[in-house]
Amino acid sequence: MATGVKELPLPVLPDSWTAEKDFKAIGTLSDPVQRNIEPVGPHFLAHARRKRHKRTFSEDDRIQAQENVKKVEDDDSGEISEPEDPLMLQRDAKDWKGQDHYAVLGLSKYRHRATEDQIKRAHRKKVLRHHPDKKAAAGNTEDDSFFKCIQKATEILLDPVKRRQFDSVDEAADVDPPSKKQAKGKDFYKLWGNVFKSEARFSKIQPVPQLGNDKSTKEEVEHFYNFWYNFDSWRTFEYQDEDVPDDNESRDQKRHIERKNANARKKKKVEDNARLRKLVDDCLASDERIKRFRQEEHAQKNKKRFEREAEAKRQAEEAAKAKEEEARLKAEKDAADKAEKAESKKAKEAAKNAAKKNKRVIRGAAKDGNYFCGTETASPAQIDSALNDVDAIIAKLDVDELAALTGKLNGKKDVADIKEIFTTEVKRLVDAGKFKDGELKSLS
Amino acid sequence: MSEEESPRVAIGISFGNSYSSIAHTTPEGKAEVIANEEGDRQIPSILSYVEGEEFQGTQAKAQLVRNSKNTVAYFRDFIGQNFKSIDPTPCHQSAHPIEHENTIAFKIKDTEAEEENIVSISEITTRHIKKLVASASDFLGKPVTAAVVTVPTNFSDVQKHALKQAAEAAGVEILQFIAEPVAAVLAYDARSTAEIKDKVIVVADLGGTRSDVAVIASRGGMYSILATAHDYDFSGSHLDTVLVDHFAKEFLKKHKSASDPRLNARSLAKLKLESEAVKKALSLGASANFSVESLSDGLDFTATVNRSRYDLLASKVFAGFTRLVLGAVGKADLDPLDIAEIVLAGGTSHTPKIATALQNAFPESTSVLAPATSVTALNPSELAARGAAIQASLVAEFETEDVEQSTHPVVTVTPHLATAIGVLCLSSNESQARFSLLVDRATPVPVRRTKVFPTPREGGDVLVRLVEAVAEIKITAPAPRTKNRDEQDVDGEEESESEESEEEEEHRELVWRPTKTIAEAAVRGVKKGGRVEVQVNVGAGLECSLLVREVGGKGGVRGEVRGR
Repeated sequence: MATGVKELPLPVLPDSWTAEKDFKAIGTLSDPVQRNIEPVGPHFLAHARRKRHKRTFSEDDRIQAQENVKKVEDDDSGEISEPEDPLMLQRDAKDWKGQDHYAVLGLSKYRHRATEDQIKRAHRKKVLRHHPDKKAAAGNTEDDSFFKCIQKATEILLDPVKRRQFDSVDEAADVDPPSKKQAKGKDFYKLWGNVFKSEARFSKIQPVPQLGNDKSTKEEVEHFYNFWYNFDSWRTFEYQDEDVPDDNESRDQKRHIERKNANARKKKKVEDNARLRKLVDDCLASDERIKRFRQEEHAQKNKKRFEREAEAKRQAEEAAKAKEEEARLKAEKDAADKAEKAESKKAKEAAKNAAKKNKRVIRGAAKDGNYFCGTETASPAQIDSALNDVDAIIAKLDVDELAALTGKLNGKKDVADIKEIFTTEVKRLVDAGKFKDGELKSLS
Repeated sequence: MSEEESPRVAIGISFGNSYSSIAHTTPEGKAEVIANEEGDRQIPSILSYVEGEEFQGTQAKAQLVRNSKNTVAYFRDFIGQNFKSIDPTPCHQSAHPIEHENTIAFKIKDTEAEEENIVSISEITTRHIKKLVASASDFLGKPVTAAVVTVPTNFSDVQKHALKQAAEAAGVEILQFIAEPVAAVLAYDARSTAEIKDKVIVVADLGGTRSDVAVIASRGGMYSILATAHDYDFSGSHLDTVLVDHFAKEFLKKHKSASDPRLNARSLAKLKLESEAVKKALSLGASANFSVESLSDGLDFTATVNRSRYDLLASKVFAGFTRLVLGAVGKADLDPLDIAEIVLAGGTSHTPKIATALQNAFPESTSVLAPATSVTALNPSELAARGAAIQASLVAEFETEDVEQSTHPVVTVTPHLATAIGVLCLSSNESQARFSLLVDRATPVPVRRTKVFPTPREGGDVLVRLVEAVAEIKITAPAPRTKNRDEQDVDGEEESESEESEEEEEHRELVWRPTKTIAEAAVRGVKKGGRVEVQVNVGAGLECSLLVREVGGKGGVRGEVRGR
């Protein structure tokens, strides 16, 4: 039908492209949307003819077809969901500044989040219910005060400027910051999160970063606090203005009040900014994550130093250990030495004793051997020389030889035997060159 | 219907809350709105009774001042409703609706007798339609027996049924109900100069007591409503209220001791009537005179208001209309860039500022069809009646049963394509290729579209790749401007504010992004400078056949893609 020439040419066929009969089916069309065609116009009649000639649908299909149509009409049959406070119904419309416009329209659930469409629908529902003409028709007196409240609420909420002014001072949408005691542990994120969610409605920049939770990264948390410290709020306080007289009679009075209002607004704005700042300060002060990040940062920074210190400490410890070990070894060695010394001393003593004993035995043997004089009684000179000789032998003998000699002599009572033993001993000593032959007179 | 044999005489009726119109089609097939005996083409939907005599239209409207209790106005929306679900606000100045036997009624003196009668809403409607049909019959010279009636898109079946019964009581057979916005589109498309294109149209029907917006996809002359919005807070009566407040204040300024005319019912009625006249005058001229005799306390009041003053006073209501239209576009998941036309219908659409505000809110590619922005625009007040008349001429010959069957959901509910189908141009590489649209989304199937494409300069083999694509909005930020900070510091805030408002707007454009390849086909050996014709045929089961051939060549490639 629409035939025209576009300026852009078709692409050149790539060399690698092949297909049977030069056609390739690749995909299928996406799922369709069921919609109602308006049964209007000549083209529709043609369509209806085409469609009706083929028609074999049963009654079931008819119902099905109706149900599948995509909904384009709004469902207007919803109930007014919020119960109406009887006190609110008695409100005087003159006191409109004190009224909660959202509650009047039954939108207190949505508040600043209510869309224009919701407000219009809520208004319509309320009008349907509270119109004074209806009340009059039902026989009630002509009481239209709440209807006026509804009208006023709609007037304000449907005007973007006035609505902002009201939203600015809408206390019912505020969330009080939690105390330090309340906001501990897990509750911290929940309670403060709600506070910031409610404050976020004043931001000129949307979306507003939220508090997050325990697992938020450092960047997220920093971004959050940076954002809130540089918060750009559209909040205004015109709504709380004093009424400016509307006539021309007292211009001065009018200007005075206007000035007063402007000052009050400015002051409130400053106060609000301070309040928000304090809020963020309070939250920051008790934010565990900040503490944790600081610690982590600190830890990161000092990691090297700690490592170095640890190394030094380890080395010192090692040195101390080595020293101790050394001391221990030395002490052990000393003790061993001492013991050895004592032992050797003992041994020496014992040896000495043994030697003494042996000497005594040898001397005794010399005596037993009748001083090598055979059977005759020895003269004192013989005895003397014999003893001298024995002493000389003993002096020449070392401990072992002494012991051996003693062993030989032990038990020997026979004079000849004893002399024999001594003689062989002397002979051995002479052979060893310790004595000169004939040096020992008594035994040669 | 006693005279079955004689041909039906069918007219189109636009029955509104504030005004009704009647239209017929001339033998040449042109739709024309009929003027009643008083010469009005927009007949106020008001009935008034003075000592048994019935008045309708402009005469009845004048009775709102002196005889408000016996004047019934703005009753269209009450038809077929129960008392609980109606909004009686518009009727505050006239006879109040009351609950009567599960329906709505008015307590009026409609006979010469002194006592009040309870007249039900269907009876009122019957009387009103009777009057309308009588006017049409007088004009055409033969009795009118059938009509196509326009209703808002949110009119329920119960309401339609009630209206049909009321019309039958008046001796008129209602052939079909058609939606007001669709009637408006039909009125435009039925012009001989009109070109049937695939486009998305927004119809903003701005009436006296309510505004309705519909987003309509027009595909080869078939219309599917994508989204609707209804509004009771921005309408013609709110513009009247703006003027009422303005003139009441002016009056009080001039006459300091006088009482507020808004507090006296009769004064208020006078104010309203004259304000409406002033509003209409301001749609045509640059200034208008307001003149009421004995407005309040016997004081006459005359004043002049110019258009710029009026535009300023009503700026909030105008902004509301724009938001309403933009909201409906958003509801259809579309962007203002998707909208090809905005058709303004309804009496309030005459106001120039509404049309220019819409033109400013939408991109330049969107044409706003209203008297203020387009010289070829039709009269917005007449659109619905004209559309109804065209439809009436189309269905007049059909049997009633035939019409009913054709308008049944079985016929009207059709699968619509979820995504657009087209062909890749310039390159076979998806990132460089340009998408060329063949069948737009929301097109009812079966559908057939043909398009001719040029080929590369040297001819040869070309590739035709059929793809699905989604439209995306590409936003290009303006080049950042260097601000002169020093100057700003001298003069505080004023400077910075003006600078913000001067900031350049970002550039938005519609870009197609191919999402899925459906099929590929090759045309081999295209002659130098040859062109290729691509035809896509989507069946009712979403099976799709592709035919590509060189223009003037033989054969061509044909292929089928199976459906779902």
